[in-house]
Parts: sequence; structure tokens; C-alpha cells
Amino acid sequence: MVRRRKKYCKSCASRTVIDYKDVKFLSQFITESGKIIPRRTSGNCAPCQRKITTAIKRARHLALLPFVRQ
Amino acid sequence: MRRYEVVFILAPTLTEEEVEQQVASYVSAAEAVGAQVVSVDQWGKRQLAYPIKKHTEGYYVILTIEEPSADAVAELERRFKVSDLVIRFLSIRVDEDLKRARKLEEKREARQRSRLRARMTERVHAASSEQSRGPVSPDVESFSDETGASEFGDEEREESEEAKESADAGRE
Repeated sequence: MVRRRKKYCKSCASRTVIDYKDVKFLSQFITESGKIIPRRTSGNCAPCQRKITTAIKRARHLALLPFVRQ
Repeated sequence: MRRYEVVFILAPTLTEEEVEQQVASYVSAAEAVGAQVVSVDQWGKRQLAYPIKKHTEGYYVILTIEEPSADAVAELERRFKVSDLVIRFLSIRVDEDLKRARKLEEKREARQRSRLRARMTERVHAASSEQSRGPVSPDVESFSDETGASEFGDEEREESEEAKESADAGRE
């Protein structure tokens, strides 16, 4: 179970700006099939998760990340 | 002044010169409307995550533009829509994000500086009040190890500091 003993948001700690161009960083938060990983699994805090989600969607628009993967 | 990032993807079928011409034309179009092109970042050809207009690769260009309004951006978008060579584009306003990022950086540095000061003074007191304290290592080096990324490390170290302090109080 997540959220025991003061779990910190790793994204908050490691970055000041979440960038849609940073494919390497963002690809940590998508599954094998290209789906966005939910917050309860990724452990992100709510604001980070929102930013990551919009960044992923922008990256998908620019074909930096896929919409679906087989 | 507002700062925008304008990304566009050109078809991979263009030659080097054609690409340069296109980029130059868009840069001058932005400047003609009164914007300042802060940077032109050309990523070159890149594999697309999915085919666009039957292409599997694209030439990525990202412009950073500064202007007090959105005129240049609107003009560029108008041209992108019309052009057959631009297969995708996206423009984003980034000044607020950069402001926030800078603020966080400043806060982080301020926090580290005050933590360094707190620990230095605390160690001075501890060293003067007790003669032998076992493993008291002159870990001034460890202070400089703190980086913004080790947020976890900071908190854990604080917890152990508190544990040490309560242990010392117990000893007295």
C-alpha cells in the first residue's frame, strides 16, 4: 500500500519544470501499451500528476509519445 | 513580455536547403510582426511515435519567441495551417512556468543555506559542551553534498538529527 510514513513525491523533488519535450522523463509514467499510469501506482502528488498528464498529452500530439502501443 | 514556445514538424522529404528556407521564413515572419526570436532549436529528423500524413519521420523545429502579445504566434499558426510542409504544430505560453520554476529554485537554495547555517552552529555548540562524543566526524564535506534532488536525504537527515538531540538530552 502506498502513502505510509511520509511518502514524498519523487517528481516534485527531482524537477523544477515538467516539460512535454522531456520524453525520457515522461516515459516513466506511461505503461507498455502507452497508457498514463494512475497516481495511486506512480506515487505522484496531485499537482505533479496533473502537469505530467498535460505534458504527456502534448507529447502525444507531437508524436513524441504514442497514443497506443502494441 | 510573454514568452512562447512554438514547435512545428516539417515533412521529412525536404532537403537541407528547403528546411533552412522554411525556418528562415518563419523566423522573419515572427520578427516582422515585432516579436523577438530568442532561440531556434532544430532537432532534425526524428522518428515519429505514429504515422502522420503517411510519414514515419519528421523534422522538428522549436522556436522560442518573446513578445508583449500573441500576434506573432497567431501569424505563425496561420501560416502553419496553410502550409503543406508543416505536418504538425503546437504553441505554448511559458512565461508563468518559468517564473514558478525560478521561484522554486530560489526557495530551494534559501532552504539549503539556512539548513547549512543551522547545522554548523549546532555542531559548534555540541562540540564545545561535550568533550568526547565518539564518532564526531568533521563532516563539513557532507554539507556540500546536499543538492536539490536529494529532498528525501534532507528529511531523513533531519530526523536523525532530532533523534541524536533527544538522545543527548536523555544522557544529561
